[in-house]
Amino acid sequence: MVRRLLGAIPLVLGIATIIFFVVNLAPGDPALRFLNPNMTPEVLEQIRVNMGLDQPVHIRYVRWIGALARGDLGFSFTSNRPVLDIIKELLPNTLVLSATAIGVAFLLGILLGIVQAVRQYSLLDSVASIVGLFFYSMPSFWLALMMVLVFGLFAYQGQWFIQFPPSGMQSVDYAFLSPMAKVQDRLMHLALPATSLALVLAAGIARYTRSSMLEVIRQDFVRTARAKGLSEPVVIFKHALRNALIPVITLLGLYLPFLFSGTVFIESVFAWPGMGKLVVDSILERDYPVIMGGTLIFAMMVVVGNLVADVLYAVVDPRIRYD
Amino acid sequence: MPLLEVTDLRTYFTTDAGVARAVDGVSLQLEAGETLGIVGESGCGKTVMALSILGLIPSPPGEIVAGSSIRFNGEELLEVKPARLREIRGNEISMIFQEPMTSLNPVLTVGHQIEEVLRLHRGLKRREARAAGVALLAEVGISEPDQRYDSYPHQMSGGMLQRIMIAIALSCEPRLLIADEPTTALDVTIQAQILDLLVSLQQKHGMALLLITHDLGVVAEVCDRVVVMYGGQVVETGTTEEILSHPKHPYTQGLLASLPGIGDRDVRLNPIPGTVPSAVDWPEGCRFRDRCSFAWERCAESEPDLLPVVAGASRSARCWLVHPDESSIDRAGKPT
Repeated sequence: MVRRLLGAIPLVLGIATIIFFVVNLAPGDPALRFLNPNMTPEVLEQIRVNMGLDQPVHIRYVRWIGALARGDLGFSFTSNRPVLDIIKELLPNTLVLSATAIGVAFLLGILLGIVQAVRQYSLLDSVASIVGLFFYSMPSFWLALMMVLVFGLFAYQGQWFIQFPPSGMQSVDYAFLSPMAKVQDRLMHLALPATSLALVLAAGIARYTRSSMLEVIRQDFVRTARAKGLSEPVVIFKHALRNALIPVITLLGLYLPFLFSGTVFIESVFAWPGMGKLVVDSILERDYPVIMGGTLIFAMMVVVGNLVADVLYAVVDPRIRYD
Repeated sequence: MPLLEVTDLRTYFTTDAGVARAVDGVSLQLEAGETLGIVGESGCGKTVMALSILGLIPSPPGEIVAGSSIRFNGEELLEVKPARLREIRGNEISMIFQEPMTSLNPVLTVGHQIEEVLRLHRGLKRREARAAGVALLAEVGISEPDQRYDSYPHQMSGGMLQRIMIAIALSCEPRLLIADEPTTALDVTIQAQILDLLVSLQQKHGMALLLITHDLGVVAEVCDRVVVMYGGQVVETGTTEEILSHPKHPYTQGLLASLPGIGDRDVRLNPIPGTVPSAVDWPEGCRFRDRCSFAWERCAESEPDLLPVVAGASRSARCWLVHPDESSIDRAGKPT
């Protein structure tokens, strides 16, 4: 396990290097966004110096990596705040959104997969397969737009029983709400973005769980469990499910990149103040330090997510041991 | 009243190729404490028959045809409620399987898998169940049972796993143990140990044993009576002594002839030609006739019935050679 953690360090370093060069070798000059008609070339040059852009790219790389090693991600070009401070402020929002989405996705996907496997070829199985394929092939940002349209706009216009706030993380009057109402307000705001992300993932997880479960329930030990007189729920949820989950856990590692690239779109659609929106905004602003810092954090979360998946693997399957 | 009485059991499977009549009219009886051997090649319906007794046939595609009857201790197993069937499974009738390596759940400790039955059927608390479980492991001959209790199946050998399976099967002192080729997947030396263990435990607990095997050596060693199956039917029954020394049915004779003897290096093996036909289309007439060296026209014309070899005897066979005078009987359930 320690070896795996240490192995992640060169991985992150490699990712950081690629991020740096992709961002810095892109054409364009970030200093130009400060350009105004009354500015002399000297002033523009001074801005470049202040931003560290007067140095050749390899020097900038060494400086950035050096700072990175000290836990310093530099200053934002646009907001003049340390990048780390901005990330500290926005990262929890993204984590809440992605954790909810992935939790809902796995819960929904696994449950649906089990039911589909146990009732293979039933009407429910067919309907769930078709609906699943529909969501699986749907880009999450389009789903998000439809959600806004239906549950935000149409629900509001039609005065439906349920209406969801189509943007932001909390209502304008949030500060004046009672604690219970605050929680409810947060959950209502979380509902649409988390669902848009979760449905797409859940569709894939359900398909995986279904096929994995179908394979497991045909195995000898499931027959043994039945021959012992165990009830069907015990046979399915205890004996079959734990075995069926082993391949499904791999999905956790595989889906994290999809999840995070999903949050980039979803946060923009729902104006969710998180890392995804931050990165999109900073790309439009050519805010190099923020782009690099934000992307690096996403990359690190994927690396950590895969480590977590490896650990879970060992927890579920006693045949796997990491020494 | 026999402990187990199977009457005209028919278990059919719907497949893409048609209806597979895996078990097609099997009747047999088993007295309390008796050991009955079921013999036959792979594909004869032995395992399906055993699984039918415990209601473990997956449905669909499997189906036990109406008119079949499985009476255990006077109770009709094909009509009991699912809850009652679960009460019987693992408690009054236990089963052990051919492949010990795949018959235990790989992600649960063997102790847990024993405990489960003890807690379910005997209502033991966790601690009592552990003590009883460890004692069971000791009884089936596992050394250091206390440590082994917390092992996972992948940490054990096939022979040990089969012992664990036996421990699970015996945990509730069943009246009937069904052993489906319990030694086939094991090394020869281990086979003998497992067989000895089964026999000694059977005598100790006084349970009946339904032993499915294709090994006639095993039959000779442990069985009181033998049922020979072919093509989903019983083709010959009798005491072990009778069957092994005076087989009546050509199939039984073929099985015995194909056994190699130790030291017979210069004698060619004498296998039964061909293979068991598909259960989707059993041959018309006698199901064995394509492979039988004695077959004549009558075998193709109509199917022989399972009849006593001598009137009134418990010994019976399904062959026109044995019953040349019987008139053909129109058999129910046979497609015409």
